[in-house]
Amino acid sequence: MNENLALIYQSLPYLLKGCTITIGLVGGALGLGFVIGIPMAVGQVYGNKYLSGLIALYVWFFRGLPVLVLLFLFYFGLFSLIGLNLPAFTAAILVLGLRSAAYQSQIFRGSIQSLGEGQMLAARSLGMKKSEAILYIILPQALRISIPGWSNEYAILLKDSAITYAVGVMEILTRANFIATRTYKPMPIFLACAVIFIILTYGGVKILDLLENKVRIPGYGREER
Amino acid sequence: MNKMQNDNDIVLRVEDIHKCYGKEEILKGISFEIKKGETKVIIGPSGSGKSTLLRCINQLTIPDKGRIWLGGEEVTHHKKDINRFRQKMGMVFQDFNLFDHLTALKNVEIGLMKVKKMDKKEAREKAMEELKQVGLERQADLYPAQLSGGQKQRVSIARALAMDPKVMLFDEPTSALDPELIGEVLEAIKKLAFGGMTMVVVTHEMGFARSVANEIIFMENGKILESGIPYQFFSNPKYERTKRFLNKITELYGE
Repeated sequence: MNENLALIYQSLPYLLKGCTITIGLVGGALGLGFVIGIPMAVGQVYGNKYLSGLIALYVWFFRGLPVLVLLFLFYFGLFSLIGLNLPAFTAAILVLGLRSAAYQSQIFRGSIQSLGEGQMLAARSLGMKKSEAILYIILPQALRISIPGWSNEYAILLKDSAITYAVGVMEILTRANFIATRTYKPMPIFLACAVIFIILTYGGVKILDLLENKVRIPGYGREER
Repeated sequence: MNKMQNDNDIVLRVEDIHKCYGKEEILKGISFEIKKGETKVIIGPSGSGKSTLLRCINQLTIPDKGRIWLGGEEVTHHKKDINRFRQKMGMVFQDFNLFDHLTALKNVEIGLMKVKKMDKKEAREKAMEELKQVGLERQADLYPAQLSGGQKQRVSIARALAMDPKVMLFDEPTSALDPELIGEVLEAIKKLAFGGMTMVVVTHEMGFARSVANEIIFMENGKILESGIPYQFFSNPKYERTKRFLNKITELYGE
C-alpha cells in the first residue's frame, strides 16, 4: 500500500502538468464553443430559413458523430487535407470546440426561446434595432438561464477531453497511461487520475453554481439560501 | 399633402389598414385619425383585431395594405426609419413585458441610453422623473418579479413615456391585472389623458372609457362597426350588435 502511495506521490507533479493541459483544452474548447455557439443560437432563432437550416445542418453533423470519429476525421483527415499541420493540442481544441459549439448553441437556443415573445416586442416598441434588442434584452436573460445547462456541457466536455489521448495530447489520462505501462501498476495511477477528474468536475461546476447565484435576478429561480 | 398641412394637429392617421394571417382576414380596412391631445378608446369582442391594429400602427406587425401617418410623416413603407417612428409611439402591453433582468429604473433608462443615446446621468434623472410620475420612485431598485402587477404596468407606462412619444398605444393595459390593482393603472392613464397626451386605448373598462375617451370606436370582425362620442355611444348605439356587446360587458365588468 505504501508503495502505491509513494508511486502516486512521485507521479503527481507529472500528472498535474497534464492537469494544466486538460484545463487548457477544456477552457479553449468551451470558449470556442461559446463564441461560435451564441451567434449560432441567435441565427437559428432570428435568422431566415436558409441560415437556420445551415445551422441545423452543422448541429446535426457534430452531434451525430462520436467524438473519437470527429477527432480522427479532422486530425488525420480534414486538417491535413487542407494543408493545415496542427499540433495535436490545437487540433483537439478545434475539434472539441466546434463540437461543443453545436451543443452549446442548442443550450442557448432553448434559453432564448424560453423567453416570452413580449421581451423582443417591448424592445422593438422602444425603437431598438433587432440587434440591440438581442444584445441588451435577450442575451442577458438567456445567458443566465443557460448556466445550469452550460455547467452540464462543462462536465461532459471535461471528461470527453480524455479522449484526446488517442491523438497523443499530453493530458491527464495520456500521462497516467504512460506511468501505468512503465510501472505495471495501473490501479493506483488510474485511481489518482480519476480523483483529479472528479476534483476538476466538482470545482468547475461549483464555480458555475456560484456564478449562477451571483447573477440570479432577484425574485426568480431558487430561494435565497 | 395640402390636407396634411391643413390638419397639422392630426397626430396619427390610420388609412385603410388590412391584415391577413393565412386565409383569415384580421383587419378589413380600418381608418381613423386622432388629433393632438385626444384619447380614442377601441372596444370590441376578442378576436376582432384590436391588438393587431395597435401592432400595425407601430409596425410590430406589418400591415398587408394601408398606410399609417405620424405627424404628417408616413410610417409605412419606411422600413429604414421604423425605429425612429417607434420611439415616438409609446406602447403598453397587456402582459407588461418589462425587461425581467432589469430593475424598474433600468427598464425606463435603457431606451434612453441605447436608443436615444443619452448619457448615464441624464438618463437616470429622466427615468427617475418618469417613475415619480407614476408614483413608483420608491420601487426604482426593485426587479419586475418583486413588483405587483399594477406596479409593473405603471413601470411599463413610465418606460414608454420616457421616450417622449407623440402618441401612446395601450393594448388592454388592465386585462392581466387583479381587480384591486386595475384602479391604480387606470388612474395613471387618466392622469396622462387629462395632461394632454394623445392616446389610443384598447380596453374593456367601460367606466374608464366613458371618462377619458373623446371617441369610442367599436370594432368587430376586423372592421369599425360604429364610433362616436362616449355619451352618444353608450346611451344610444346605432346597431343592435353594439348594444348587445355593451350589455354583455357591463354584466361582466360592471360600469
